[in-house]
Amino acid sequence: MIMKKRWQRLAQAGIAAGALSLSTLANAADTIKVGVLHSLSGTMAISESTLKDTVLMLVEEQNKKGGLLGKKLEPVVVDPASNWPLFAEKARELISKEKVDVIFGCWTSVSRKSVLPVVEELNGLLFYPVQYEGEESSRNVFYTGAAPNQQAIPAVDYLIDDLGAERFVLAGTDYVYPRTTNKILEAYLKSKGVADEDIMINYTPFGHSDWQSIVSRIKEFGSQGKKTAVVSTINGDANVPFYKELGNQGIDAADIPVVAFSVGEQELSGVDTGPLVGHLAAWNYFQSVYTDENNSFIQQWHDYIGDDQRVTNDPMEATYIGFNMWAKAVEKAKSTDTDKVADAMIGITTANLTGGTAVMNKNHHLSKPVLIGEIQDDGQFAVVWRTDGLVAGDAWSDFLPGSKDLIADWTKPVNCGNYNSKTKTCGGQAAQ
Amino acid sequence: MLRVFALALALLCLTSVAQAEAPATEPTTNIEDVLQQLRSRSFDDKAAGIDALAHSGHPRADALLKALQERRLLQDRANDRIVLGERADGGWQLYDPLSEADLGTVESRAAAPITINNRLRRQIQNLQAVVGLNNPDATLRRAAAISLIGTKDPDLLSALRERRAQEENASVATAIDTTLNTAALYSEDSDLSVRLNAIEALSGSLEPTVRNALRSRLDSDAPSERKAVEAALQRIDARTSRYQTADTLFFGLSLGSVLLLAAIGLAITFGVMGVINMAHGELIMLGAYTTFVVQQIFPQGHEWSLLIAIPAAFLISGFVGVLIERFVIRYLYGRPLETLLATFGISLILQQAVRVIFSPLNRSVVTPEWMSGAWQINPVFSLTFNRLYIIAFALAVFLGLLLVLKKTRLGLQVRAVSQNRQTARGLGIRSDRINALTFGLGSGIAGVAGVALAQLTNVGPNLGQAYIIDSFMVVVFGGVGNLWGTLTAAFSLGIANKLLEPVSGAVLAKIFVLVFIILFIQRKPRGLFPQRGRAAEE
Repeated sequence: MIMKKRWQRLAQAGIAAGALSLSTLANAADTIKVGVLHSLSGTMAISESTLKDTVLMLVEEQNKKGGLLGKKLEPVVVDPASNWPLFAEKARELISKEKVDVIFGCWTSVSRKSVLPVVEELNGLLFYPVQYEGEESSRNVFYTGAAPNQQAIPAVDYLIDDLGAERFVLAGTDYVYPRTTNKILEAYLKSKGVADEDIMINYTPFGHSDWQSIVSRIKEFGSQGKKTAVVSTINGDANVPFYKELGNQGIDAADIPVVAFSVGEQELSGVDTGPLVGHLAAWNYFQSVYTDENNSFIQQWHDYIGDDQRVTNDPMEATYIGFNMWAKAVEKAKSTDTDKVADAMIGITTANLTGGTAVMNKNHHLSKPVLIGEIQDDGQFAVVWRTDGLVAGDAWSDFLPGSKDLIADWTKPVNCGNYNSKTKTCGGQAAQ
Repeated sequence: MLRVFALALALLCLTSVAQAEAPATEPTTNIEDVLQQLRSRSFDDKAAGIDALAHSGHPRADALLKALQERRLLQDRANDRIVLGERADGGWQLYDPLSEADLGTVESRAAAPITINNRLRRQIQNLQAVVGLNNPDATLRRAAAISLIGTKDPDLLSALRERRAQEENASVATAIDTTLNTAALYSEDSDLSVRLNAIEALSGSLEPTVRNALRSRLDSDAPSERKAVEAALQRIDARTSRYQTADTLFFGLSLGSVLLLAAIGLAITFGVMGVINMAHGELIMLGAYTTFVVQQIFPQGHEWSLLIAIPAAFLISGFVGVLIERFVIRYLYGRPLETLLATFGISLILQQAVRVIFSPLNRSVVTPEWMSGAWQINPVFSLTFNRLYIIAFALAVFLGLLLVLKKTRLGLQVRAVSQNRQTARGLGIRSDRINALTFGLGSGIAGVAGVALAQLTNVGPNLGQAYIIDSFMVVVFGGVGNLWGTLTAAFSLGIANKLLEPVSGAVLAKIFVLVFIILFIQRKPRGLFPQRGRAAEE
């Protein structure tokens, strides 16, 4: 008897749940669904959770303006928990089950590589907002972060031309982004006439916390009479103990400057930056840049998050640019269909937060300005150098033997992500 | 006609002379113009502005340069002028740069510090070094002289010679001599005998700039000079390499002390009690967060708040440890696999709890003044203060724990229960209570370790994960249940790691150490110092 009742109740609950999902389905037709695929737990939550908030803020603002194509936007947030295979699963869930029209997501390259086959198979649309190592271009992905030629190469040029650096330490965390970037930089430095013995390459494991010997080796390497600079692709958490050790061992930025590609305002918010003043970072955006767009973006962010101490950073700007471009492309295509939006995306322009306009190129990478900033004692960066105009993102580096003949062009007649301009074939040669 | 022409020519000459002389009669530089020059976007213009300011002789010049260096010289965006500023709750308090008159407050983004880069910072430092040479404080004079080693600037050198003539302090005089001798090596027209004397005087110096100056004379035309340089370099290199060995040993000791701190709590919970506690790292993390919270409560007390954080972290982590023991582990004694899974679950819960309470972002823990910087013994050998304190702290915690276990009633009971639970209970020891207290003690010590680690690394939800594997490695390698084994294992692993690192790189060094431990455990499954007696046989 009791058993029977329980079954009845279960059945009722089932029907109710079914009705509920039906009603949400009915709703779904009236909204445009925006998938957010950023880790909210695990190692990468420190960086990615901010981007989730950024997308939600942008969606809210777009809805205030009346949404897109007369429909409201509806965010769908999932948590891939810093687990790379789970990224692929969650992407599949977003596209097949939730039927999202676009995904904003991923941070690490390995998570992007894990999602890539899924968005290509299901013909989804992914906006990737983080600087990365290049050597990739997919019809279904738009890369709004910096390619190596929009961050690493200009930074090294600055070190050589403005600071007169002759010796280089390439220090990185041991995974795909630093390894590829350092390979490109090594080739580039050699093409500039830097000798082998003037380049020191050093890799450390993820989350490395004991930097004593490495910093002391850098100090020794830098005391040989030639101006030395450190190019750091050290990732995430390992940076705090690295910079602390630099400060403690008294490495002054005026003697051995460190230019970092993964250290922004957010990473510095957990550090006392007093001893780090003068060390450098290369990005496409700094919070300290004084433009009307940036001031109102910061204001909006502080209002949304309810904390005026929270910083803004480069991947947030990349998310902002990506979101605005997508919105414009949807309006231009008058549809959220992947193929129509992807075609409409090329050539779309939108305002940068640092002034000027960003352009989406045929290779699905952006043209945007490159800035170099020095760390200040308040955890912000002061811009000390910027490119004159926009730098077009190069999907395939010109400095790697495997990729120098490759280009990406997603317009007719080429329509290919790795087109070999010598043999005139698509996919003629894979990177590496 | 000719006369008129000559007159006109003369007049013309006169006016042009008058024009040429006009600026000379006015003050050489207008301080307002110089300040405007600092606003330029080009750093070359700014450099010229700094030079002009330093040489203007204006009474405010030094103060303004210092303000520029400290980012207190601002550009007021609304009124388009240069002002002095102090940070005042979320905005700026502005002052007139010359009269220091109060100009009111503005909000944070309405004014921006004038940007200087490394080159300008160095330029200001050099300008100040010259001033520093005449500072009444001898240590500052010495620092100024040392910072000028390697300079070839004739103005600076003559300032140095002037100072040398009247210098009374011996160590400052030596420093100035080193600087002057180094400069002598660089000057091409100096006499061979002068250079030989300089080389002789420099041959014991450990300053890297001196070494580079010596090396630049290796291709000298005079064979006697070449020989002297080679001998001097050899002596320098021999001394340097001795200090580098000492450096490596210090790094090893310091890594060892970090390992010891992380592992010592586990040596109690895993070593003495036999509980595989995967949440050990998170108990360390709780200690680190306690440090952060204590610093938030005492915003003015960065210098001494650590002294409060240590007992607070012990109590909080210890309390959480007792809770874990009472509600989870006590039901799982003798079932190691279930314990492992349950504590792993607890570790995930604690991590996510911290993410929810404190946000996933890292928190910044301020390092007290007395723990920052390094004890500079000589130019190639320095010991960083934070590491020195942590070595001492780790040893103090170790000795304290040893005392508790050997000299107190609780320690006696803990040892009794861990050796033979049945007999201990037969003798009237409440083994339940002892288990909870022991686990609490081990957890509390993990919390104390967290206070120390907060000074070295990120305070974030992932802090614990970075140390859990190392902790188990140390305890297993040292011999389960033996505190002295833990101590030996921590320091030997630390030193081995640091000896390997320069040769193999950080990634491989870690792998080598791990492989070595696996092989070692294969040969001696009970670690370095195996526990003897009946309890060990169970």
